[in-house]
Amino acid sequence: MKKRKWTGPLFINGVLALLVIIWSIPTIGLFVSSFRTRFDIQTSGWWNILPHREWQTVSTVNPQELGLDPDGVMEVEGVTGTFEELREGVQSPEGDTRVTWLGNKRLGRIEVQERVWTVTWDFSLDNYKQVLLGASVEITNPDGSVEAAPGQDMSQAFLNSVAVSIPSTLIPILIAAFAAYGFAWMAFPGRRLLFILVVGLLVVPLQIALVPILRDYNSLGLNGTFLAVWLAHTGFGLALATYLLFNYVSTLPRETLESAFIDGASHFTVFTRLVLPLSVPALASFAIFQFLWVWNDYLVALTFLGVDPTYKVLTQRLADLTGTFGNQWHLLTAGAFVTMILPLVVFFALQRYFVRGLLAGSVKG
Amino acid sequence: MAQFGSLERKKGGGVSELVGWLGRLFLAIAIPLLAFAVIYYGFIWLRDSNAPKWLTAAVAIVWGVGGVAVLYWVFNGLVERLPDEWTERLQPFVFVGPAMAILIWYLALPSVRTFYLSLFGRDGPPDVGFFQTFTSDAFVGFQNYIAVFSERLLTEALRNNLMWIVFGSTLSVALGLVVATLADRSRFERTAKSLIFLPMAISFVGAGVIWNFMYDIRPVGQPQIGLLNAILTSVGASPVAWDKWVAIQPWNNLFLIVIVIWLQAGYAMVLFSAALKGIPEEILEASRVDGATEIQIFTRIMIPYIMGTIITVWTTVVIFTLKIFDVVWVMTGGQFGTHVIATQFYRQSFTARNSGYGSAIAIVLLVTVIPVMIYNLRQFRQQEAF
Repeated sequence: MKKRKWTGPLFINGVLALLVIIWSIPTIGLFVSSFRTRFDIQTSGWWNILPHREWQTVSTVNPQELGLDPDGVMEVEGVTGTFEELREGVQSPEGDTRVTWLGNKRLGRIEVQERVWTVTWDFSLDNYKQVLLGASVEITNPDGSVEAAPGQDMSQAFLNSVAVSIPSTLIPILIAAFAAYGFAWMAFPGRRLLFILVVGLLVVPLQIALVPILRDYNSLGLNGTFLAVWLAHTGFGLALATYLLFNYVSTLPRETLESAFIDGASHFTVFTRLVLPLSVPALASFAIFQFLWVWNDYLVALTFLGVDPTYKVLTQRLADLTGTFGNQWHLLTAGAFVTMILPLVVFFALQRYFVRGLLAGSVKG
Repeated sequence: MAQFGSLERKKGGGVSELVGWLGRLFLAIAIPLLAFAVIYYGFIWLRDSNAPKWLTAAVAIVWGVGGVAVLYWVFNGLVERLPDEWTERLQPFVFVGPAMAILIWYLALPSVRTFYLSLFGRDGPPDVGFFQTFTSDAFVGFQNYIAVFSERLLTEALRNNLMWIVFGSTLSVALGLVVATLADRSRFERTAKSLIFLPMAISFVGAGVIWNFMYDIRPVGQPQIGLLNAILTSVGASPVAWDKWVAIQPWNNLFLIVIVIWLQAGYAMVLFSAALKGIPEEILEASRVDGATEIQIFTRIMIPYIMGTIITVWTTVVIFTLKIFDVVWVMTGGQFGTHVIATQFYRQSFTARNSGYGSAIAIVLLVTVIPVMIYNLRQFRQQEAF
C-alpha cells in the first residue's frame, strides 16, 4: 500500500479545495460586491473586505513650520529625501511609514501615512433598492449628500420571469406525461414511427425553428406575449420530456396497472389516479430541469418577447443593463444576483432531484 | 411492454377505417387548436385588464396550465362516450396527438421550412405560388451556403466554434473527471461537488456579468477592481482585456470558453461521479493487491470502465457548445473576433434581417448534430422493448 502515498487525503483534499475555491471565487466576488456601496465598488476590489494593509494618513504637517529647506535634503519623521523623492513618496526603512510631499515647493504640505491593517466594510442594500424599485431611488453618497437615481424596476421583470417560467414548465410536463403514457401503455397504428420522431427531434437545435415560428407568431398576432413564449418552450422542451417520462412510465409495474384495468378503470383514470402519482420523482426531476432552463433562457425570450420593457424577463433586463451600464458594477452585480436567487434556492433545495434528472439524461437539444 | 387495447381489437371495414383516421387527425389537431384558442382569448383579456401585475401573472399561470388540463379532460370525456370500439381507436390520439402536433409544428416542420428559406435571398421567397418561387429572382439555390463557407465573418464563426468544441468540451470533460475522481476519495465529497456544480443553476447572462466583473480592466495607474487584472498588476504586469484582447486573436476566445467550462464541468462531474461509484470495489482492491499504482488504476481500470459515460458526456457537451449563444452575445456581442455560429445566426436573421443567410446557418447547425441524431436512433432501435 505504500505506493498510494501521493494520493494521501491531504493531497486529495488540497487539490479539491483549490478547485472549489477557484470555482467559487467568481460568484463570491459578485455576491460581496452587490452589497458594497457604489463608491467602494468603483475604487477598490471586492477582496478589500478581507483584512489587508492600507496606507492611512496619521498627520499632515506644514514644511515651513518644521523649517525644512525644499531645495536640499530633508528629514521628516525618520525619512530623508530630496523634494523630488518626497513628491513620489518615501518609505521608512521598516516600511511601515510613508512620507509624501503634496503640492508645489512653496505651498505644499507633507503627509505622513502609516500602514495599518484594515477592512473595507461598508455594506448597504442601496444597490438592490435601485435595481428592484421602479420609481426613482435616493442614494446616499460617501460624503453624505443624497442623490436621486432612476430605479431599474427589475421586480417587474422578476414577476414576468415567474409568469413565463411556471406555465413553460407545467404545460410541457402535462402534455408529455399524456404522450408518455400513450406510448407506453396503449396500442395504436404508427406508435413506433411517432416515437422515432420524438427520439430524432431530441437533439434538433432550437435555432432551426426561430424564424419560421416567428413568422407564424406574426400572422397570429402572438409576438411579444407570454403565451408565445410558453408555447415555444413547450415545443422545444417536449421531445426530451416525452422521452424521459416514457422511459420512466414504461418501467412501472405491469401488475399494478393490469389489476386496475381488470377492475374496470379507464385509461384516463389509470393515468390520473395511478400513473401520475407513481411518476412524481420523474416529473419532479424534469420539472426542476425545465424550470431552470426556462428561467435562465435568454434566446427564446429575446426572439419572441420582443422589446416592450413591461414584458421583459430577468435575463433580458440584465443583458440590457450590461449593454447600457457596462461599468456600473453596483447595478450589474445586484441585478445579476436578483436573476440568480430563485434558481439557487431551487438548486440547493432540490439538488437531489436535479441530479437524478441529469442522470436520466436530461439534456436539451 | 403491454398494450391492453390490442387484446380486443376488431377488424373494421374500409369506411370505418377511414372515419377512424379522420377522427384521429381531428383530435390531434383540434386539441392543440382549441387549447390555443382558449388560452389565447383568455390571455388577451388578461393583458388588456387593469388588474395588479402580480394578479395578472397569477391568473395567467392558472389559466394557461388549467386550460390545457381541462381540454384533455373534455376531449377524453367525449371519446369515452363513443362506442367502445371507437373509444379504443381514438383514445391513444387524445393522449399522444397533442404532443406530436406541437413537436411537428415547433421542430419538424420548421426544419423543412428553414431549409426552404435558405434557398432564397435576404427577403425570403416572393409571394407567388410555391412552385413559381423556384423560378423567381429571389431563388438563389445553394449560394447562401457558399457564402457561409467563404465570407470572412462566417468562416470566422466556424473557426471559433471549432475552438469552442475542441477546448470547451475537452476541458469540461477532463476537469469533471478529475473532480469526480478526487471527490470520490474525499471526506468533503458532498460539499465539494455541490460547489463545483453550483454554476449549473446560473444563467449564461448572469455568468456573463460575473466574468465581465472578473475580467474588468481599468487604465494603468487606477486601482484594478477586476480580480484577474488586480493579480496581474500586483506582480508588476500591465492589465489586459482578456476576452476583448484583440492582439491575441483568436486566442481571446479562450477567455469566453473558460466561462462555459466553469458552467459545464459540474455537469460532467455529476455524471462521472455516478459512473465511478458503479465500479465494483473488488476490481479496484484486486488490482491494488497486485501492486497497481493509483495512476495505473485510473488509466487502465477506471477510464475504460466508464468509457460509455465519457462518450455520452462528451457528445452532450459538444452539442451544447455548438449552440453557444448567450455568453458570447452578452460578453462581446461577437466583436473582437468572437462570433460563433449561433450569434451569426441571430445577427443575420434578426439584426441584418437576411433570412437567407440566417436560415443557411441554422441548417449548418442542424447538419452538425445529425451524426448524434443517427446514433440516438440506432441506440433506440437496439432497445428491444419497443
